[in-house]
Amino acid sequence: MMRGVWLPLLALAALAIAPLAGFSASYEMTLMARAMILAMAAVSLSFLVGGAGLVSLGHAASVGVGAYAVAILDANGFTDAAQVLPVAIGAAAIFALLTGAIAIRTSGVHFIMITLAFGQMAFFTASSLSAYGGDDGYTLYSRTEVAGARLLENRLAFHYICLGLLAASWAVASMLLASRFGRVLRAARENAQRAEAVGFTPYPYRLVGYGIAGAMAGVAGVLLVNATEFVSPAMLSWQRSGELLFMVILGGVGRLWGAILGALVFVGLETWLAELTPHWKMIFGPLLVVSVIALRGGLAGLVAPRHG
Amino acid sequence: MAESLLALRDLRKHYGGLAVTDGVTLDVLPGEIHAIIGPNGAGKTTLIHEITGVVAPDSGQVVFAGRDVTRLSLPRRARAGLARSFQITSVVAGFSALENVALAAQARAGSSFRFFRPAASERALNEAAMAALSEVGLADRAAVPAGALSHGEKRALEIAIALATQPRLLLLDEPLAGAGPEETERLIALLTRLKAAYTILLVEHDMQAVFALANRISVLVYGRVIATGTVAEIRANAEVRAAYLGEDDA
Repeated sequence: MMRGVWLPLLALAALAIAPLAGFSASYEMTLMARAMILAMAAVSLSFLVGGAGLVSLGHAASVGVGAYAVAILDANGFTDAAQVLPVAIGAAAIFALLTGAIAIRTSGVHFIMITLAFGQMAFFTASSLSAYGGDDGYTLYSRTEVAGARLLENRLAFHYICLGLLAASWAVASMLLASRFGRVLRAARENAQRAEAVGFTPYPYRLVGYGIAGAMAGVAGVLLVNATEFVSPAMLSWQRSGELLFMVILGGVGRLWGAILGALVFVGLETWLAELTPHWKMIFGPLLVVSVIALRGGLAGLVAPRHG
Repeated sequence: MAESLLALRDLRKHYGGLAVTDGVTLDVLPGEIHAIIGPNGAGKTTLIHEITGVVAPDSGQVVFAGRDVTRLSLPRRARAGLARSFQITSVVAGFSALENVALAAQARAGSSFRFFRPAASERALNEAAMAALSEVGLADRAAVPAGALSHGEKRALEIAIALATQPRLLLLDEPLAGAGPEETERLIALLTRLKAAYTILLVEHDMQAVFALANRISVLVYGRVIATGTVAEIRANAEVRAAYLGEDDA
């Protein structure tokens, strides 16, 4: 399990040092924050895909629910983290549990399509929230405050909060997968019949896992809306879910930390190519296809190949 | 007659016009190895599915340990003490042999909605798993990924998994299928050892093994039990010979 783990640790260390080592320009800090937040969302999705075998194509909706919770509270004058975080996490978890309760009854392609459908429902619901900007989105009055302090306005503090929460989400997801609960999830992913034959009904385990991943995505949503001080329905769209899924696959499905690498590389490539040419998607798309074909087991597979 | 551990009462299952299970009544007594034999297409697999809860019968009852389990799911029957192995080996290939068995022990050791402690560090689970692995002779293969075990070892692992659930009844679905002569010998020795401690319902093609192991045998042909009896009775039964043994070249 631990092989190759130095690579994501190195990446996190680099992110910790970067602002102190001269990468502290506004656009660099923005870019790194975005990458870390998406990495957090990708880790929570990797927990689902690689851990529980639930390939969701609606994960951005949970991120978006967390973000919209911040926006709606902001519009009503609630901006303290003590209020915002529990509400956002709770909303994202409840959204995941309600949609998951139905989606998890299916499997394979049906599961993918149902999560996609729920994601699109969330997207159109957000578009219809005219009080919060509808299609145009909503601009925050102020970033979330921590115990009355405008801590998140400080770029450096925000950077380390993102980094800390990314590391924490990786640690939590790892802990969960190693626990009794995670063992049942992993067994049911690989061989549901076997898990059932020893007495486990996979459904409740999968549902709880789906709720937890939703809650973690909600935290990413809180950070994302704070990073841009703006939220729009686009954040919930299925393209966003697809990108998250792609980060997970690029990084390597079998390892949680693969998602961190996948997200960092994805955001890095996207930014670099966009600077080179306005037609960057013409290059980005085929590059993604090639990377999936060439990198069996993803980036994680490069440093820690699977046995056999 | 002693109270039966597993009782099938007039089970019926139709697929279209085909009666796959056609009024099966059968008793497995505590402590016995009861074998079910029958030619291909006799409906053995469907019968096992009905016993384990994968397929619901159209009518009839499955009574396990005095309790009607006809409508219970596979996991709930497992929790009631009905452990099974599969005709086609079914293990978690990515888990070590130990973790495969520890998963089964975990099903018997309190709630699995525990989120903090690493399951691999739970001594009680590991010890129970090691005990079961030792019982089937796989103790020295505990750390090997199940997918990398030989076919015979996987079959033994499946039995260890079943044992770790502390079953009241072991349902072994062709445990010798696909095993080589040496592996077969080892598995028969293992089953002979288990015979002392467990009630076993054995579905098996290997006649020699069945005759060596079983206390009683039921013969299933076209969804019906045409005979139930001791090894000697079944060997002597003319109807069985005509319907089954005579056709068996093996």
